[in-house]
Amino acid sequence: MTENQRVTSAPGKAPAPGLLAVFRARFPMGSRIAERILLGICLLFASSVLIFAGIEILPGDFAETYLGQSATPQAIANLSAKFGLDQPLVTRYFDWLFNVLHGDFGHSWASGQSVSAQIADRLGNSLLLAGAAAIIAVPLAVGLGLLAVLYRDRLVDRLINLLSLAAVSLPEFFVAYLLIMVFVVQNPVTAFPATVYDSMSLLEKLQTIILPVATLVLVVIAHMMRMTRAAIINVMASAYMETAELKGIGALRAIVKHAAPNALAPIINVVALNLAYLIVGVVVVEVVFVYPGMGQYMVDAVTVRDLPVVQGCGLVFAAIYILLNMTADILSILANPRLRHPR
Amino acid sequence: MAELRKPDETPLLEVRNLKIGAMAYPPGERPHPIEIVKGVSFTLESGKVLGLIGESGAGKSTIGLSPLAYGRGGVTITGGEVLLDGVDILKLGKAGTRAIRGARVCYVSQSAAASFNPAHKLGDQVIEATLRHGLMSRSEARARAIELFGILGLPEPETFGERYPHQVSGGQLQRAMTAMALCSRPELIIFDEPTTALDVTTQIDVLAAIKTAILKTGTAALYITHDLSVVAQVADDIMVLRNGETVEYGSVEKIIENPDADYTRELVNVRAIRNEEAGDQSGRVLEMKNISASYGTTPVLFDVSLHVPKGQTLAIVGESGSGKSTLARVATGLLPPTAGSVRFDGQELTPALKNRSREQLRKLQLIYQMADTAMNPRQTVGAIIGRVVTFYDGLRGSARRNRVNELLEQIEMGSGFYDRYPAELSGGQKQRVAIARALAADPELIICDEPTSALDPLVADGILKLLLQLQREKQLSYVFITHDIAIVRAIADSVAVMHQGKLVRFGPKSQALAPPFDDYTDLLLKSVPEMKIGWLEDVLASRRISSAGN
Repeated sequence: MTENQRVTSAPGKAPAPGLLAVFRARFPMGSRIAERILLGICLLFASSVLIFAGIEILPGDFAETYLGQSATPQAIANLSAKFGLDQPLVTRYFDWLFNVLHGDFGHSWASGQSVSAQIADRLGNSLLLAGAAAIIAVPLAVGLGLLAVLYRDRLVDRLINLLSLAAVSLPEFFVAYLLIMVFVVQNPVTAFPATVYDSMSLLEKLQTIILPVATLVLVVIAHMMRMTRAAIINVMASAYMETAELKGIGALRAIVKHAAPNALAPIINVVALNLAYLIVGVVVVEVVFVYPGMGQYMVDAVTVRDLPVVQGCGLVFAAIYILLNMTADILSILANPRLRHPR
Repeated sequence: MAELRKPDETPLLEVRNLKIGAMAYPPGERPHPIEIVKGVSFTLESGKVLGLIGESGAGKSTIGLSPLAYGRGGVTITGGEVLLDGVDILKLGKAGTRAIRGARVCYVSQSAAASFNPAHKLGDQVIEATLRHGLMSRSEARARAIELFGILGLPEPETFGERYPHQVSGGQLQRAMTAMALCSRPELIIFDEPTTALDVTTQIDVLAAIKTAILKTGTAALYITHDLSVVAQVADDIMVLRNGETVEYGSVEKIIENPDADYTRELVNVRAIRNEEAGDQSGRVLEMKNISASYGTTPVLFDVSLHVPKGQTLAIVGESGSGKSTLARVATGLLPPTAGSVRFDGQELTPALKNRSREQLRKLQLIYQMADTAMNPRQTVGAIIGRVVTFYDGLRGSARRNRVNELLEQIEMGSGFYDRYPAELSGGQKQRVAIARALAADPELIICDEPTSALDPLVADGILKLLLQLQREKQLSYVFITHDIAIVRAIADSVAVMHQGKLVRFGPKSQALAPPFDDYTDLLLKSVPEMKIGWLEDVLASRRISSAGN
């Protein structure tokens, strides 16, 4: 019996709680997760509007660019009619949205190929690169963060901090060229360019992408490591960490068992942010290593104003960002014992 | 360890000439080492309880942690010996002290709520040290924990360990922490103010549970507190500390009934203030009628009606969560009520703060519990008080400075404090500055929200005396919010008892605190520790209802 419960159950003139409030009190975690998913869907819808509107107000016209010298008014009008550009904006948006919801991103104006099929191909490549980098970077960053806390303010901690800071301070293209110089030019131990083809086996693909993966690991590791360290050090100041010490619990066990579970939420968030970066923000690395990922695909489409491709890529990027952040938030909710085990 | 034990003449714990130091970082000065504990010695036989008592800064917690070879917050043991069964634990090294902590010596902190890890079940945390030290198997440890939960009077001992810290109350957490300390069958437990953060009615039950557990398990204990009347209930011997030195050391009977040192006598006779209640309480400065209020959809006040006699003190007393501070928030307009009205000098006040005139605001001022957080740490005392002077009276320059210095005289501090920062003041001085800030508005009524509960007893006495003196000089009215019935007895003219958002008793002190009592007021009055050996047993035998929130 707690004071809170008694106060609420006391006879008073409180307004009767609504159905939603009852649901929230009964299932604090379920309702929070449901709210977060709902919010994610709204966000995705809003970003689709933004992407469509943003591209609409861009200067330049595909028909003019495409036709070049032969851009007579009649030819432009014909081409516009062919792509449906003469329709009202709202109609075009809802047509596009309707098709997207059915998995159809339309056809590329430049090549005429299906955007969906191309995105599927490129996204697979991007996910392979991001996945390989993440599998190495996340455990390494969290582990180094734990190690830095364990040897806080000692040599190991300083070394980890210094090296990770150096790695993140160098621009990614510089790291990439540095790796190419050392591992391709001076000691030819790996392949360049890191272009993958559908015909390759997974093992061959992994061997090919060693250098871009190494570059990405170096770029993202510092951020995650430092956040892990900061989050755990923040928790180390709590009274329950002193309790652990006064119970004679060893330093490593105290950090892993008592500090880490309470530092999960910020760590999960920074990991999600970096995963999103690995998928949607690595265009520079893709260009340097001639890697056929999403980033390069989108940049190519922008230069020729191939709007269906740009829109499709934009929406996929937005969806990945929203999905990862939503997952991070839901995991943070799950990691909170107060929500997992309500009174 | 039993085979290492020497014959009986070796006491369980012997502390010899203990010296503990730290680095001080005073504002505006170079950091320099200071001595916190200046050569303290005592012995503790197994199965006995030694009370360490003193005000904050006396070094009692620091000494209490020495049998764990632990210094909190950069504190280091600089000299002396701490002998546990004749072995100096300060020379054991890292692995050696770890083997003692949680196995032979255990610790119960003031705030169990913060000391339990929110991510793990209580049961797992209670048996963790016992398992890690390899003292019992998991099933043995679990059985031991269940047995201890029972001894400590926790509900459903079989399943209590399945709960998480946030699922149980503060009083239960404090007992669970005691169970955690007892689980490994330690030879010594250190209780560091284990009941200070609890309500009085909860404190008495936890105190009784701790006493029972000590008796049943036969462990020795160091019991640290600032409240002599609490330690008198559980200890065999008492050591009175001040500024890191021993003032007096002897049996409980000796310290309570026949103290040698003047300081001890002051502690025993603390709260000797007596303010006779005013005979005529007909004047009404503040009147609250049928007030109901809620936070969001949670109702917290139910139909409360009371008034403050003019030029006198209304004490509102109740436990945490009883709605006494909420009542103050309604009076000041910080929380508009859902029903009811507030009248000041016969004039109706608008419910919301932002609609009140400056003159209405001036007449009603607040003093908070934590003077620390109620002041801007980057402003000088002069700026803190001066801002109010400028806001209400429009004084600037030397006129403002003179007025502030006048106020500083009134709170018995003087103009020397004009340029000081809050960090340079003691707790009592900070609270005095807060009083001066309230006085600067030249109010008719001051609402004092537990202004002394964060202070040491002797300092709190000084603040109460000051408030009473100011009341006589300026015909001030007070609403004094407190959980401490002893303060109510000392200073009130009129008393309101709150319980679960309702007013259970209201009237002149002589009537409100005289029988016949309702059950809750009876419980509240009986729960206040008295400076009397055996008080705890007497009270537990004569209670009508059991306390809530434990």
